[in-house]
Amino acid sequence: MRRAVRRSSATEELEVIPPSKLAIDNVSKNFQSASGPVLALDRVSLNVAEGEFVCLVGASGCGKTTLLNIIAGLEKPDSGRVLADGKPVTGPGRERLVMFQEPALFPWLDVFGNVLFGLKLKPNLTNKDRCDVAKYYLELVGLSRFEHANIHELSGGMKQRVSLARALAPNPRVLLMDEPFAALDALTREQLYGDIQEIWKTRRKTIVFVTHNVREAACLGDRVLLFSPHPGRVQEEFTVELPRPRDINSVDLATHATRITKALKSLGQAEAIAAK
Amino acid sequence: MKRFLLAAAFFAVLVLLWEAAYRTKFWSPVLLPSPRQVVTYLEGVAADGTLFKATVITMRRLLVGYLIGLVMGLPLGLLTARWKLFHDTIGTLALGLQTLPSVCWVPLALLWFGQTEAAMLFVVVMGTLWSVVIATETGVRNVPPIYRRAALTMGSKRLHMWFKVILPAALPFIVSGMKQGWAFAWRSLMAAEIFVTILSGFGLGQLLHYGRELSAMEQVIGIMIVIIVIGLLADKIFFSPVERFLHRRWGTSQA
Repeated sequence: MRRAVRRSSATEELEVIPPSKLAIDNVSKNFQSASGPVLALDRVSLNVAEGEFVCLVGASGCGKTTLLNIIAGLEKPDSGRVLADGKPVTGPGRERLVMFQEPALFPWLDVFGNVLFGLKLKPNLTNKDRCDVAKYYLELVGLSRFEHANIHELSGGMKQRVSLARALAPNPRVLLMDEPFAALDALTREQLYGDIQEIWKTRRKTIVFVTHNVREAACLGDRVLLFSPHPGRVQEEFTVELPRPRDINSVDLATHATRITKALKSLGQAEAIAAK
Repeated sequence: MKRFLLAAAFFAVLVLLWEAAYRTKFWSPVLLPSPRQVVTYLEGVAADGTLFKATVITMRRLLVGYLIGLVMGLPLGLLTARWKLFHDTIGTLALGLQTLPSVCWVPLALLWFGQTEAAMLFVVVMGTLWSVVIATETGVRNVPPIYRRAALTMGSKRLHMWFKVILPAALPFIVSGMKQGWAFAWRSLMAAEIFVTILSGFGLGQLLHYGRELSAMEQVIGIMIVIIVIGLLADKIFFSPVERFLHRRWGTSQA
């Protein structure tokens, strides 16, 4: 009767599942620094709809990465809570996968092994299914030919593609991206903007994307949230209503980006005055 | 091939220099035998099986002691890396004892265990254990936290985290610790065999010791050469392939 456990097949595993909605409710977080406690996040509340692409923009040190880690469950807020589909987030889980700024790929595994890592932790799959799923995602990010490459043999852009495949493979409902393209050259980045939009469309994910690049945010996000530092707060919200796929070099996009940059700058000035 | 020929030429020159030094008769032939005498001695002990038996006995002692050192050292290293309490206690102890040259364990081992196999085993284990503990701890502490975080989000925890993330990530350190442990085990065993004369079997160290007792310099040099060759072979057979794999995977430069 041990067969009673139903095994899902690779095709089922590859089905597009409904993305989650996220609710961040009054989240605050303090850090201990050498000069005393720093309020990294101050009662931040925001909602992300199912399948929405939200970008968090702000100067470095404004707490946007901290917020991302809290959504991921890697850090705990001091107060407030995060709800994913109405259920409180208590720790990390494969429903919400993170793509980090530096590629956190495992050097002891090859490309295929890395993509397989999260799948191996998913129960009720046969090994063949896992391999099929991993192959599908490597294909999706255009790296099928590099299945057996070692991580150090890949370029920065290829590493981030593998990271993306690895994050997508367990079929999470939410993808959390922490400045994933910051360390890449402009050309590679532009390619990836196209890819990520395409993947977001076909795989239907809720994406929270942290960046300090305003143009990048305007290119990718349905909504762009402007973070102010010290303490970290959501200062302003912009809706980007442009048809997709968007081209980072288009004039319309530049108009949106300028609007956001202006707000960001006045924020910086306000802070400089406050500091005086 | 060219590299091999060059290396072979280098050793040929060494032997020639040795032969030349012998021929000058500047040193007494008792103190400096010719390469031929050493070869003749080695041929003799190889033919009557003495050399083979001694090598087997020595290798058995070495492997048993080394494996015990590894089996104890790896978990201890993990414990010291994981909990501050173990780091402050066992970690400090390991650091202290690692600086102790392993030959210093011999008097203690002799008094505790007498002229027995146990005495030698004890010395070998002490030689191996502490460097394995320290290398494991260093390795685990040097695992970039981001690997852990990435694995956490994918649902890895506890044992899975240790065996599939932390240990593999620490592997380069652990392997170099194992290599160091091997070198220390080898040194400690030779020290032990020279000092501990037991009837349960003559190892290479004891052959070396009796070479001295009998003032048989060709035996002393011959056995030293055997010991060197075994050390080299162990490195080439056990460690080099593993290190090559690590270099290939991690992309670290190959020495």
